[in-house]
Amino acid sequence: MELAAAAAMGKFIGAGLAAIGSGAAAIGVGAVAGNFLAGALRNPSAAGSQTATLFIGLAFAEALGIFAFLVALLLMFAV
Amino acid sequence: MAETAHSEGGLVFHPLDQFQIHPLFGDGPISWYTPTNATLWMALALLAITLVFVVGSSARALIPTRMQSVGEIMYSFIHNMVEDVAGHDGARYFPMIMTLFLFILFVNFLGLLPGSFTPTSHIAVTAVLGFGVFIFVTLLGLYKHGLGFLGLFWMKDAPLILRPIIAVIELISYFVRPVSHSIRLAGNIMAGHAVIKVFAAFAPIILISWIGVIVTPVSILAITAIYALEVLVAGIQAYVFTILTCVYLKDALHPGH
Amino acid sequence: MASTTTEQASEGASGGMMPQLDFSTFPNQIFWLLVTLVILYVLLSRVALPRIGGVLAQRKGSITADLRAADEAKQKAVDAERAYNDALARARSEAGKIVAEAKADIQKDLAAETVKADAEIAVKVAQAATALDEIRAGAADAIAIVAKDTAAELVSALGGKAETAAITAAVTARLKG
Repeated sequence: MELAAAAAMGKFIGAGLAAIGSGAAAIGVGAVAGNFLAGALRNPSAAGSQTATLFIGLAFAEALGIFAFLVALLLMFAV
Repeated sequence: MAETAHSEGGLVFHPLDQFQIHPLFGDGPISWYTPTNATLWMALALLAITLVFVVGSSARALIPTRMQSVGEIMYSFIHNMVEDVAGHDGARYFPMIMTLFLFILFVNFLGLLPGSFTPTSHIAVTAVLGFGVFIFVTLLGLYKHGLGFLGLFWMKDAPLILRPIIAVIELISYFVRPVSHSIRLAGNIMAGHAVIKVFAAFAPIILISWIGVIVTPVSILAITAIYALEVLVAGIQAYVFTILTCVYLKDALHPGH
Repeated sequence: MASTTTEQASEGASGGMMPQLDFSTFPNQIFWLLVTLVILYVLLSRVALPRIGGVLAQRKGSITADLRAADEAKQKAVDAERAYNDALARARSEAGKIVAEAKADIQKDLAAETVKADAEIAVKVAQAATALDEIRAGAADAIAIVAKDTAAELVSALGGKAETAAITAAVTARLKG
């Protein structure tokens, strides 16, 4: 039972650590969107054609945050 | 989960219960053909799409009604996207991409109805979509270009020494594509719904403790805010899934660049 | 472990597992997903998309046709305006020509009449001049006769004998002098 309690504690700690990844992904998403906005304000006429690229970049940055979230969920509910 | 739930004195956290699949009729085991709630909501999405795209456009009006207008806007949106990203010869695969987009979009939006079920929050569903796109695109590339398709991994403009390393990295990233493609969709939808459910679990705290005077309004406001975000996410994830499909399709059609 | 309590808490659930990882439901989900996708694909590719594409193409066609018709109508209007302006200018220039012709005619007539009138006036002046000369000559003769007569009378009244020849000579001399 001691071991089981330690394992339970460990997986909750692990889930919490994995949740840090969500914050890191938030930084990434913010960097993508912020740089896009900075570029768009410099050259607004070219911004419209690049929204697809923006969303692709956002998707890639966000996917890693979702992976972190998934790891947390797996630790919480599946392990 | 259960320990935290019961120590709060009556508060129950079951953020993942909304993803349960159960048979529509009776309580038997789920075999491969049993109609379940997933079946129901996919069928409802199908019905909604039929309503907008088949019934709505049945008049073929030159001056569109509202329903037909919605269909036309989505049509030209996706059509332009396919042509812009995948090139002119990508337009052949427009019905397939439109099918993916509409399915994901309508399932996502219907899943936001309270008490509903969201099939796209399940890895099984999104993995079929993601790996389906991956296998289709890979076979298409091999069929169109033969072994030349492998030039996708062999960077001609990189230094010769780096090329094998880059090729390995490219190969890994190519095979990670379907995984991230499907998990991104399921993870986003699941995360949003679970967060809403977590805040919803905090809402009835006013029935238990005086602290609910503060917590309950805050959690209801948070549900509203997250719900608005989820409406956005539902649209954006459908868009992202579709545009990534277009990008992969472009790689298959024009592996050179 | 937590899973024992969870199993009791969520009835009918598959333990503490995420429902997403409950592999027993996968065949079911995949089967119904494929059914839905196939129906949707057939529905869209056979019915909905060709119809909407047709409507969009038709609308595009009718819009370009309408625009072309509008362009043609505008061109026609411009042509009509130009024709009207041309006609107006032509009418104006014709009117000007007619006015000029009429003016020239009048001028010609006037000149001819003037010439005629001048000639008549010259004739009349000449006649008047001859008449005047005759009258002047007649007057001189008459003066000579009257002078001779008067001289003869005067001479006879003074008791002399009037010699006609002398008187005439004297009067003529006086008249000349």
